[in-house]
Amino acid sequence: MPDHKMLIDSREVTFKPGMTILEVAKNNGIKIPTLCHLKDATPTGTCKICVVEVNGEKDLVPACSTPAKKKMTVQTNSKRTIKSRRTTIELMITSGNHNCGVSGKSNGNWTDFQMKAIQYENSDELCPVWGDCKLQELAYQYQAKMDRSDSIWKSDSPELINPLIIRDFSRCIKCGRCVQACNEIQVNKAIDYSYKENDIKIITPGDKPLVDSDCVFCGECVQACPVGALVEKKSKDKWRPFNSKKIRTTCPYCGVGCQQLLHVSKGQIVRITGVEKAEPNKGRLCVKGRFGYDFIYSKERLKTPLIKDKGHFRKASWDEALDLVVKKFKEIIAEDGPGALAGVSCARSINEDSYQMQKLFRSVFKTNNIDHCART
Amino acid sequence: MTNSFSEFKKAKMFLIIGSNMTQAHPVASTFVKNSVQKGAKLIVVDPRKHKLTDFADIHVPIKVGSDIAFLNSLIHVIIDEKLYDKDFVTSKTENFEELKQKVKAYPPETCAKICGIKTSLVYEVARALAKVKPVMLCYTLGITEHTCGTNNVVSIANLQMLLGNLGVECGGVNPLRGQNNVQGACDMGALPNVFPGYQTVVDKSCRKKFETFWKVKTLPSENGLMIPEMMEGLVDGKVRGFYIFGENLANTEPDIKKVEHELSSAQFLVVQDIFLNETTVFADVVLPAAAWSENDGTFTNSERRVSRVRTASKAPGEAKPNWWIFKEIAKRMGHEWSSSSAKEIWDDECSIIAPAFTGIKYSRIEEDGLQWPCSDENHMGTKFLHKDGYFTKGKGSFIHVDWTPPAEIPDKKYPLVLSTGRRLYHYHTRTQTGRCEGLNDLLGEETADISLKDAKTFKIDHGETILVSSRRGKVEVKANITDEVPEGMVWMAFHFRKNNANWLTNPAFDPITLTAEYKACAVRIDKLL
Repeated sequence: MPDHKMLIDSREVTFKPGMTILEVAKNNGIKIPTLCHLKDATPTGTCKICVVEVNGEKDLVPACSTPAKKKMTVQTNSKRTIKSRRTTIELMITSGNHNCGVSGKSNGNWTDFQMKAIQYENSDELCPVWGDCKLQELAYQYQAKMDRSDSIWKSDSPELINPLIIRDFSRCIKCGRCVQACNEIQVNKAIDYSYKENDIKIITPGDKPLVDSDCVFCGECVQACPVGALVEKKSKDKWRPFNSKKIRTTCPYCGVGCQQLLHVSKGQIVRITGVEKAEPNKGRLCVKGRFGYDFIYSKERLKTPLIKDKGHFRKASWDEALDLVVKKFKEIIAEDGPGALAGVSCARSINEDSYQMQKLFRSVFKTNNIDHCART
Repeated sequence: MTNSFSEFKKAKMFLIIGSNMTQAHPVASTFVKNSVQKGAKLIVVDPRKHKLTDFADIHVPIKVGSDIAFLNSLIHVIIDEKLYDKDFVTSKTENFEELKQKVKAYPPETCAKICGIKTSLVYEVARALAKVKPVMLCYTLGITEHTCGTNNVVSIANLQMLLGNLGVECGGVNPLRGQNNVQGACDMGALPNVFPGYQTVVDKSCRKKFETFWKVKTLPSENGLMIPEMMEGLVDGKVRGFYIFGENLANTEPDIKKVEHELSSAQFLVVQDIFLNETTVFADVVLPAAAWSENDGTFTNSERRVSRVRTASKAPGEAKPNWWIFKEIAKRMGHEWSSSSAKEIWDDECSIIAPAFTGIKYSRIEEDGLQWPCSDENHMGTKFLHKDGYFTKGKGSFIHVDWTPPAEIPDKKYPLVLSTGRRLYHYHTRTQTGRCEGLNDLLGEETADISLKDAKTFKIDHGETILVSSRRGKVEVKANITDEVPEGMVWMAFHFRKNNANWLTNPAFDPITLTAEYKACAVRIDKLL
């Protein structure tokens, strides 16, 4: 089918039927801000951040869920769209517990509260995702203003009872990304919208805590949450975007080989997220990949070589331990030949380790008695 | 895997057999579920009604260990009704006539009896498979952990060749590998019969190549021992020195009592690991190793993709990278190895000596990894193998195999079958996940999963601690009554020491691979007195 043409911000662009305005814009390098939009999930159009002006349409339309049409003329940054986005952002901020450094209305400066909040990295008042929040980013970008007194949010304590994940409904903006992550990306179907008493809430069946639901703690919802409503329990107080660096690596658990971003602070992994777009996992992780990293910091880690002496282990230096290993192996080879040695390599460790171990057995000990657990 | 994970989202149909994907390969399962939600067909063949069956068009609850009878019967129907891919079979395969004659012994009626399913289900699945092309077949340890594991895999290959589903995108024979780098350990030659890159040790020219490359005289020319043979060798004194690197054999091998007897018979045992565990108990020397994220390197996933692993934090105390430890031992034996980083080992050795990895260099896998075979530094890697039906050995050979029952089948004294596997929240013997905050809260103990019917028969309540025993051992464990498990089965994992399923499992092995029959042995359940 031939490409169709349309105008976005006075540029002629082509598109294939079935594409949304957002997709066409993205393909042509035109940036439209989004909030509720989640890659690979059905657009919901709930947040109204991606609104654009279409000639001939009375109302602004959400770019994420409006199909592109032939000869359509779209403006993505008109005064009207900017004003609308700013109002939407201000409404979101006043609807919840968002102390994210938004200018007060009265003077253009940060409020006293906000200055105080960021003085201490671990201040309870400071939102756990401060500096890594899509709403905060948009609030800056669109110069949203509010005073604390505008907030219609009433105290609502976070759900701390779950292992691994904290749910703080006071910071939820009901964008629905978590619902899509759970239902359309990971397809675990543990959470959904509830519309009780004119109030929208994201709930498990029966509004139970996650731990009492079908949730499998993959944490896809946490990764999808654009604000601080869903955060990793282990990372709270340890992870801040401005004091951690990101290192890409491969997950140490099953054979899928998911690509992870290790968020490292003070020499320790404090959070793990999936690498978006990466092969093979496209940003997705499971419970072990996302939360199973802190074993490396266990106090029980082996720190020195050990030699058994009269039935008990004692600490030894590398030289002593390796000399003993070599002495014993040499004795055995001398007495019974290299076939009296055997080794099992590790299917968890890196390729280079297995290569070295088989090289040691074959080229140094002179035996092919080397195996690993592939068969078990 | 002959094919790739990225093909899951485009696949038209899946046949998933012996794979509890949502628990053992959770992220892979999300792509299957996405595909099914968009209209792909899913057939799950598994004794258990595990989570993925909720998404299946057809669930075939065959009896444990009856896979070959089922697969042969599918082949029987597909040939009988002329539903197979004639072009593919004629031009790309051989031995079809023999297969055709021999599967006559597996009419659906016979299969139904052996597998404990309805005859009509065999016809339904056979016809469904023949209707869609290609079909992506995935399997896991439900296929391999049997005394007939090799034959199970052969049957699977027969089916996919018959349907012409090999050498095409979204088709193939796809074993999901259990460990992050079990593929890589095989690729690197941590096997008794092959050098890195599957170059055989009994082949003189391969040995010559490695002798030159490693600058050594005469490499050993006979295949070495496999793990079960090594373990038995410890008892009869054939193996005196044993070096275990990063495996907790005392918990992972079948029949713990036997395994511990074997380990305790070792004259000199070296264990290299990151924690003390049930295996280090028997060690004479323990060497402390750097863990994942404490040194650079590469892992190779199920789809043959070599991806980078990077350092995030320092190893504790004096713990050292494993490759360094092996190099130091070699040095003390008079061999100076030049590579002194994982990058040098890969770039200057692994990728040079094995043709399949030649094009893979650290500089090329900074972001997404590359899938072997990758023949040169301009090659973009291989998404799926046997393109257009060209097999490594020329034509694909049909090899008929007959069904054989598990080595130990239920009887009067041990009337139930124990099948084992993995659970989502833990990994293997919990040396790692047991030390991660939160995971023990999600799964703090083992259970014996049983059906409601058996619970009634044996008068057992949900959550009641019961005794599960086999000819080899017994464990006390809480009963978990679930509709996932069929009548006649007890299902357990091996994550917890106290009631590890391996106190019960049968050390009976596939004759070729020596893979143990973890998926089937006979047990009984009793109320505690």
